[in-house]
Amino acid sequence: MSSPPSGDVLLRMEGVAKSYGATRALDGVGFELRRGEVHALLGENGAGKSTLVKILSGAVRPDAGRMTIAGEPYAPAGPADGKRRGVRMIYQELTLCPHLSVEENILLGKEPRRRGLVRSGEMRRRVREVLAFLRHPEIAPDAPVRTLSVGAKQLVEIARALADEARILVMDEPTSSLTLEDSEELFRIVGFLKERGVGVIYISHFLEEVRRVADGFTVLRDGLTAGAGRMADVGLEDVIAMMVGQDVKELFPRVPHAVAEPVLALDRFRGRGMAGEVDLVVRRGEILGVAGLIGSGRTETLRAVFGLDPVVRGGIAIGGVRFGAGRPWERIRQGLGLLSEDRQGEGLALSRSIADNATLSRLGPFSRGGVLALGRQREAVAALMDRVKVKGRRPSEPVAVLSGGNQQKIALARLLHQDADVFLLDEPTRGIDVLSKAQIYEWIGRLAARGKAVLFVSSYLPELLGVCDTIAVFHRGRVVDCRPASAWDGAGILQAAAVGRTGADRSGAEA
Amino acid sequence: MNGHSKARLKVLLNWLAPFLGLLLVLVLFSLMPEVRDRFLRPANFKSVATQSVIVALGALGMTFIIISGGIDLSAASNIALSSVVVAYAVNAGAPPALGLAAGILCGGLVGFANGALITGLRLVPFIVTLGMMGIARGVAKWLAGNQKIDAPLTWINDLMAKSPRPSWLLLAPGVWLMIVFAVLMAFVLRRTVFGRHVFAVGSNEATARLCGLRTGRDKIAIYTLSGLFCGLAGVMEFARLTVGDPTVAVGLELDIIAAVVIGGGSLAGGEGSILGTLIGVFIMSFLRNGCTMMGWPNYVQEIIIGAIIVAAVGLDQVRHRRSG
Repeated sequence: MSSPPSGDVLLRMEGVAKSYGATRALDGVGFELRRGEVHALLGENGAGKSTLVKILSGAVRPDAGRMTIAGEPYAPAGPADGKRRGVRMIYQELTLCPHLSVEENILLGKEPRRRGLVRSGEMRRRVREVLAFLRHPEIAPDAPVRTLSVGAKQLVEIARALADEARILVMDEPTSSLTLEDSEELFRIVGFLKERGVGVIYISHFLEEVRRVADGFTVLRDGLTAGAGRMADVGLEDVIAMMVGQDVKELFPRVPHAVAEPVLALDRFRGRGMAGEVDLVVRRGEILGVAGLIGSGRTETLRAVFGLDPVVRGGIAIGGVRFGAGRPWERIRQGLGLLSEDRQGEGLALSRSIADNATLSRLGPFSRGGVLALGRQREAVAALMDRVKVKGRRPSEPVAVLSGGNQQKIALARLLHQDADVFLLDEPTRGIDVLSKAQIYEWIGRLAARGKAVLFVSSYLPELLGVCDTIAVFHRGRVVDCRPASAWDGAGILQAAAVGRTGADRSGAEA
Repeated sequence: MNGHSKARLKVLLNWLAPFLGLLLVLVLFSLMPEVRDRFLRPANFKSVATQSVIVALGALGMTFIIISGGIDLSAASNIALSSVVVAYAVNAGAPPALGLAAGILCGGLVGFANGALITGLRLVPFIVTLGMMGIARGVAKWLAGNQKIDAPLTWINDLMAKSPRPSWLLLAPGVWLMIVFAVLMAFVLRRTVFGRHVFAVGSNEATARLCGLRTGRDKIAIYTLSGLFCGLAGVMEFARLTVGDPTVAVGLELDIIAAVVIGGGSLAGGEGSILGTLIGVFIMSFLRNGCTMMGWPNYVQEIIIGAIIVAAVGLDQVRHRRSG
């Protein structure tokens, strides 16, 4: 790396490593941010971006490595420590108090005061100063934040960071909930921040947008630095290649299976919170992968199909029969089963037993007149645990004692017990160990071989390419394209997901 | 294996903890020379049991509600309303059996209304039942013309007699009813599909929905069941007082909730047991009984019971943090 004059370096991270249990989230990563630079931090989900950022903010302590800010050693004991040294995060979910005014939010916790009283004149002056610097004097300091648009709220967040004398600003997917105009405005503001000498770490899945705003970039992959440099020196394809890596297809056990007739068809289907309409057909014996960014409508589609969220419009046909909106208990009767992406919050009732979690969706076989035959339930669950390879635990133990991978296998075992025809799997391998992942891949293959249809939503491209027959890519609420997996490659999927097929034009994709 | 036996020991301790609390209370008063003789007499146990019936019946239903993650603040008002309904019916010349049925039914209706409002309007149980607390109390006073309703003595009043009519019963019929229903409800909670649903809804409602449970229907059933028990408790209240008094049992809902919580019920849902609840009821009853015998003023009882609620929940938290 061509080293700039060291006085110019605002943040330097060297050999940063962090493990969670057996998982190495970061394996000796380096990172450098200069004064007045916008530096893109890129990588697929799980590459280690969020861990790196958490270490920077002080929320997570690294196992190894050292950091300096403006040449001074930096080892934050907690987020408050990070803030004191000028590190601020702008999160996807805004962290403002909706009922307080703009100025109260901006100066929260650092109100100018004299003898315990807030000096409101001084407060007003400082807030106006910051808003003027951001070229937004029209925002009224006394307006309650809840009355502002999403874009203006984000501006208030940034103003708060500036009022805090932030030197390093981390923006995590800042445009994901913004309109196009608000995004443009944000890019302008990022320009002002640069002038002021603030260093911005910019995280986004929208690569086109990253190319516009970022000066430098660092790509992480599997906890390692896969590449770094000046944005101007590389093309999008190079960045994508660094993100995806090579030679991954052999890691996935494949079970031979044949695709038959359609079993689930979506016709101009639109769930709550989706920007577009989805047409999609899943066949018996087919593993249909669904790729797309978070918020592209993948999860939203699955949830609406399963009746967890309302259907805005469009039809669902299951086994050739058309259905309107339905609730989960009806969908289960119609042969659908859903694995939630939120294992701990929704997928499992953590305090309940393995047995109850595995059989809750179909207690019928153990019930006579509503009374449970506990012995038969235990036997059935023991057999299920054997099938999904959860060992050394008894059915009566709470599901919380299991590892993440084994918990996920119990959630999957529930769909097996339910004997679903169509498996809607939302990020089934997120956050679980490699061995469990491989077992789940094999298990998905066996389902297909038994004539089940599998809808497999994932943000991890290698597994989609390695496991699926067909892959549909979502972008802003619609299917960009649906092709056989063999006709896709990682770069193509990422391109379609990030820019909506045509590549260059975000506004075109919006329509 | 060592790990297993350790886990089993923990389960055993969790199970025993409320028992130990009850034992502590019993031992404490047995050691007091002033009351020891009277306190340990069977007649005293009998009267404590009879005094516990109303709270215990209310607490059986409340256990279901709290396990499902809800709360019912209208329980005591519902008891008062049901007792007034029984008195009203008997006073109007209805056969006692009909009056009894009317009381229970009235309780069930109030519970059903709670459940239907909570699921239909997606309101928080706290708010719905807070409103119902006022409504039921108001209706009770309205029905009773803002005074007590006298009713002729019938066999209903024998339900809570200190010395039961056929003397081989040993305990008042109300106490037996309490025991029978406790066993029945423990069975429902532990061994039926409905019981599993109650726990699942309270443990994680999102999971319950995901698994195809009709959570709205389950909740209506839970609140209706609890209402029926309040109705039965109202019948017992009438039996005890021999009049329908719309101002009775004010604040009793807090005793009922406290019993469930002392017995290991979690206001966050997903935890609780009938046995624990009953022990919670008896801990409070024996404390009151002992304190009264000692001649301690009312406020001492209030302070002690308040401290016990906090201590019981605090201990529970510590236990959870250890095992979690």
